[in-house]
Amino acid sequence: MTIEVKNLVKKFGSFAALDGVDLKVNDGELLALLGPSGSGKTTLLRIIAGLDWPDSGEVSFNGEDALAQGARERHVGFVFQHYALFRHMTVFENVAFGLRVQPRAVRKDEAAIRSRVKELLDLVQLDWLADRYPSQLSGGQRQRIALARALAIEPRILLLDEPFGALDAKVRKELRKWLRSLHHEIHVTSIFVTHDQEEALEVANRVVVMDKGRIEQIGSPDDVYDNPATAFVHGFIGESIVLPIQIGDGAIRLGDRQLDLAADGLAPGASKLFVRRHDMLVGPPGSGAFEGAVQHVRNFGPVQRAEVALSGGETIEIDAPRDKELRAGDTIGLNPRRYRIFAG
Amino acid sequence: MTMQIADSVSLSASDSQARAHAAAARNNLRTEPRAVRIVIITLALLFLTVFVVLPLVVVFAQAFSRGILAYFAALAEPEAMAAIKLTLIVAAISVGLNLVFGLVAAWAIAKFEFPGKTFLITLIDLPFSVSPVISGLVFVLLFGAQGYFGSWLREHDIQILFAVPGIALATTFVTFPFVARALIPLMQEQGTQEEEAAISLGASGLQTFFRVTLPNIKWGVLYGVLLCNARAMGEFGAVSVVSGHIRGETNTMPLLVEILYNEYQFVAAFAIASLLAMLALITLIAKTVLERHLDEGQDASDH
Repeated sequence: MTIEVKNLVKKFGSFAALDGVDLKVNDGELLALLGPSGSGKTTLLRIIAGLDWPDSGEVSFNGEDALAQGARERHVGFVFQHYALFRHMTVFENVAFGLRVQPRAVRKDEAAIRSRVKELLDLVQLDWLADRYPSQLSGGQRQRIALARALAIEPRILLLDEPFGALDAKVRKELRKWLRSLHHEIHVTSIFVTHDQEEALEVANRVVVMDKGRIEQIGSPDDVYDNPATAFVHGFIGESIVLPIQIGDGAIRLGDRQLDLAADGLAPGASKLFVRRHDMLVGPPGSGAFEGAVQHVRNFGPVQRAEVALSGGETIEIDAPRDKELRAGDTIGLNPRRYRIFAG
Repeated sequence: MTMQIADSVSLSASDSQARAHAAAARNNLRTEPRAVRIVIITLALLFLTVFVVLPLVVVFAQAFSRGILAYFAALAEPEAMAAIKLTLIVAAISVGLNLVFGLVAAWAIAKFEFPGKTFLITLIDLPFSVSPVISGLVFVLLFGAQGYFGSWLREHDIQILFAVPGIALATTFVTFPFVARALIPLMQEQGTQEEEAAISLGASGLQTFFRVTLPNIKWGVLYGVLLCNARAMGEFGAVSVVSGHIRGETNTMPLLVEILYNEYQFVAAFAIASLLAMLALITLIAKTVLERHLDEGQDASDH
């Protein structure tokens, strides 16, 4: 099932939750919608599910207008951040719900429902919890039951709204891996929403980065990390050093210092230079584009994080390997292995 | 280095001692001297006895003052039977109506956003803030002989005042808030996610309501119905205004109690009063049981 979204706009009062979003999701893909809270990613997901309606724009499944159908007819599996399990039903009945509410003409008989539910509980590896109530389960178990329940109706699309957001870090990591392998097994077109970049990069085939109701970049996890398209994406994904620079006369300046970096093809004026912390290579003084004095150093496992006061006026934090110990007071040269410049 | 560790150990030891002292002091603060405790508890018990237990005992003592036979004879009087029957009918109608209204109102308020919502919530509370007598008078103004619909009703030979419809209307109005009030906070707390999940799984609106919404609020519904029923059966003011006090026809139990009492028929008056008192006791017990279920429901949803 492919999903196509065209020029989607949704306003809550004067706040534009979605401000002209275009997106195409390929068949069988596992796509992540990544963005800070308020970026519109959940709204987009809810509109695709039919739980919300856009002010304008189109949504189509396999070229078919989806907005003509209600949530009930769309056959979309939806997994909520807070599980939304039916609290008065057992785990078994929760998973069976979608099968039991089908119109009489297409409804399976009791034996078929039982075997299907059993199959799904096996799939999420929780068949031993069939008779429990949701309140007796842990968060991770609840979310897996919620997923089994959504899969029971054999959805054409699976939508997950911050599925691991309410879980603790360790369970979250396990479930991430599990979701990936599950998707590999059942191969249903899936979109999941997250504000956790690590989660998006680890789980998804493709990542959509959103901010303020707009899509900033669509690409593979490597792509959005290595080649961020906008200043926002660079700042949001991975930790970045941001330096205010001036471009003019074929040169780049940081404060009063001219940097030894190519200025070809850059528009003159104030810009921002983005570098990943670990892409700042340390060398002897005078060897790189930047020069600075080490203020202090702390060790984080395999790296040492140093605060460096650059000549030119800015103080930055860099991550360097620990093979060459840095010490406070050292003067060092810094050369960005990889960097990007965005106007503004 | 060693010194420091030793220091911190002794420090933590004195720390825990200090904490124990503080806890003891706190306990002392919380516990009043024995004499004060006895005085306070005695006062509370005395008050309860005089204002709650004694009246209840008096009601039953008076009702049985001429023996059990006189008690049942008084209840078997046609007038008494008529009052009991009317009370049950009126309670059934108003509880039924308020169950539907209350569910609809609570559903609308808890699950949807619309302009005027706050106003609607205030409006639902109106019957609580208005004196029941005034509620009754409103219906007299509307449906009485000189009222707005009076002449039209007379032409079409429809009797509302001084008949069952009027009494049922007044009772329904006075007891309107109970079901809605019991459900609104419960449904607001539960939110709309389970309903959304049900719909995305293919359930229709009715299936969602009966399989998801209603089971989640069933204890709240029973709680509201219970309180609504107790008030409907006991309502005096509003009913008194619209009933007309026709003996054997439009007297509910509370009205009959007053009439019999004024006629010095104490056994009969207190016999009927004892039924109302028993209703109150049963309501209290049922309320306690329901509240426990409601709390459990809350706990389950807390996780």
